[in-house]
Amino acid sequence: MAMLEIKDLEVYYGMIHALKGLSFEVNEGEIIALIGANGAGKTTILHTVTGLLSPRSGSVMFEGKDVTKVPAHQIVSMGMAHVPEGRRVFASLSVLDNLKMGAYTRTDKAEIEESLQRVYKRFPRLEERSNQAAGTLSGGEQQMLAMGRALMSKPKIILMDEPSMGLSPIYVNEIFDIIREVSASGTTVLLVEQNAKKALSIADRAYVLETGNIVLSGDAKELINDDSVKKAYLGE
Amino acid sequence: MNMIKSMSKTTKNNAITYAMVIIAFAVVQTMVMTGNITSLMNGLLVPLCTYVILAISLNLTVGILGELSLGHAGFMCVGAFSSSIFSQLTVDVITTGWMRFSLAIILGAIMAGLFGFLVGIPVLRLKGDYLAIVTLAFGEIVKNVINAIYVGIDEAGVHFSLQDVTSLGLSETGLVLIKGPRGITGTPKDSTFVIGVILIIITLIVILNLMNSRTGRAIMSIRDNRIAAESVGINITKYKLLAFAISAALAGVAGALYAHNLSTLTALPKNFGYNMSIMILVFVVLGGIGNIRGSIIAAVVLTLIPELLRSLNDYRMLMYAIVLIVTMICTWSPKIKELRERYSLQNWIQKKKHAKEVV
Repeated sequence: MAMLEIKDLEVYYGMIHALKGLSFEVNEGEIIALIGANGAGKTTILHTVTGLLSPRSGSVMFEGKDVTKVPAHQIVSMGMAHVPEGRRVFASLSVLDNLKMGAYTRTDKAEIEESLQRVYKRFPRLEERSNQAAGTLSGGEQQMLAMGRALMSKPKIILMDEPSMGLSPIYVNEIFDIIREVSASGTTVLLVEQNAKKALSIADRAYVLETGNIVLSGDAKELINDDSVKKAYLGE
Repeated sequence: MNMIKSMSKTTKNNAITYAMVIIAFAVVQTMVMTGNITSLMNGLLVPLCTYVILAISLNLTVGILGELSLGHAGFMCVGAFSSSIFSQLTVDVITTGWMRFSLAIILGAIMAGLFGFLVGIPVLRLKGDYLAIVTLAFGEIVKNVINAIYVGIDEAGVHFSLQDVTSLGLSETGLVLIKGPRGITGTPKDSTFVIGVILIIITLIVILNLMNSRTGRAIMSIRDNRIAAESVGINITKYKLLAFAISAALAGVAGALYAHNLSTLTALPKNFGYNMSIMILVFVVLGGIGNIRGSIIAAVVLTLIPELLRSLNDYRMLMYAIVLIVTMICTWSPKIKELRERYSLQNWIQKKKHAKEVV
């Protein structure tokens, strides 16, 4: 049984048909990449899965439970963390408070402290700046903070929305290294990316989206060599 | 000195705020005791406390929750009238003044908080400036309803009318509670400056502790970023409602304080209307959004200025406007900020210390 199973998902924004009945699944331990151009529906998928949007029809199953109608704030405690697009940190709170907010759904203080140390170990720069307001961090640091905050909820699966957006090439490499580490430590990853080359290089499997439909899917290593993918997304 | 150093920045900041209120209280109270205060100023003390509580509580909605409310005077009105009615009804039953007044304040807070909750349920689920629109309407509705309604009570129960006192049809022992546009008369005059300051301190304790708690961080994270807050598992509607209801309840406390300072309480545009709500908002904005200490200072200064400028007659509101503009420029202009930093007390102390170390 797949860890996350999306079936015939249809989502509308008013009159606009954003997701046209797409299905896919994520197995435990995998890194899955969703790639596609602007407006293909990548972010809409993540928002629907995490409960920020509700679909007109179709279902989202997480670990065998139907979570289609579960509100966003309850999904987190079930073990699904979401790193929203565009480095949405709590700008006026300190880095430490941002991370504490990530553990909002957890109550065991000792365990939270342990997670905090683990996040600090993975992102040493966050520890250096723990008392600084998050809004004063650089773009790359804010992305790290958003990821660290999501990890604080001790998720089984982490959903990342365009983690490389607007970052310098050095930071992009660093972020993708971290995603691989997160995956290696046992967390399943669902990655939405426009940087198709990078995403395919670390993913196990990938789905290619075009205007609300999945047009291609398969092994990431195969997709990276697929001619149509090369032409449309890899610029070759 | 070491103890002060080891305190965190927020604790230090809060301590300064409490100290400021207590010192101001001590100074004014000594002036009152020694008779060094004009009767005009003496009469202003309780209203000042009311405005300070209103400014602090509105800052919870505007500064910490990040929603615009234009009906704070409406919640104050609810608190004022409900506590006032309670005091009238129990004035013979509960003869201990402070106990009756405490209960009246608590009732005023509960009623205002309840109205805040009810207004918030439909509105706070939405994004955008809907709260501003709805609270604006709410404030006007409350004021106008109270202006139009006649309420009386006798053995048979509570009577309502929209016409006049005689149409209430009260028996001879009946008591008229609200006389339409003539409001409530005969509320016991329980409010004093000391009680006002105690209520300010209680308000401060509630708000400052809330800000530094897990709940407070959740509220501030909603303000900073709604989607991110949802993504870490915060129930947005619940916390918005909580913050807004607390803010309204504290406005109700201010209303109770206000009502028990007047022998006749009427719902005029002057005290509960739109202008009042805007004035409280001006206190909050000028004192710095999210800055509690700033709200206190702004409320005091902006209440005193028109009074102190009474001799200028018609020009005093002009002066008020000038003060507002100058304050805005002084807070935001980068050049003046630079100047202020260069000549600040902190800087001066540090320089002295530095000079000592060099020697």
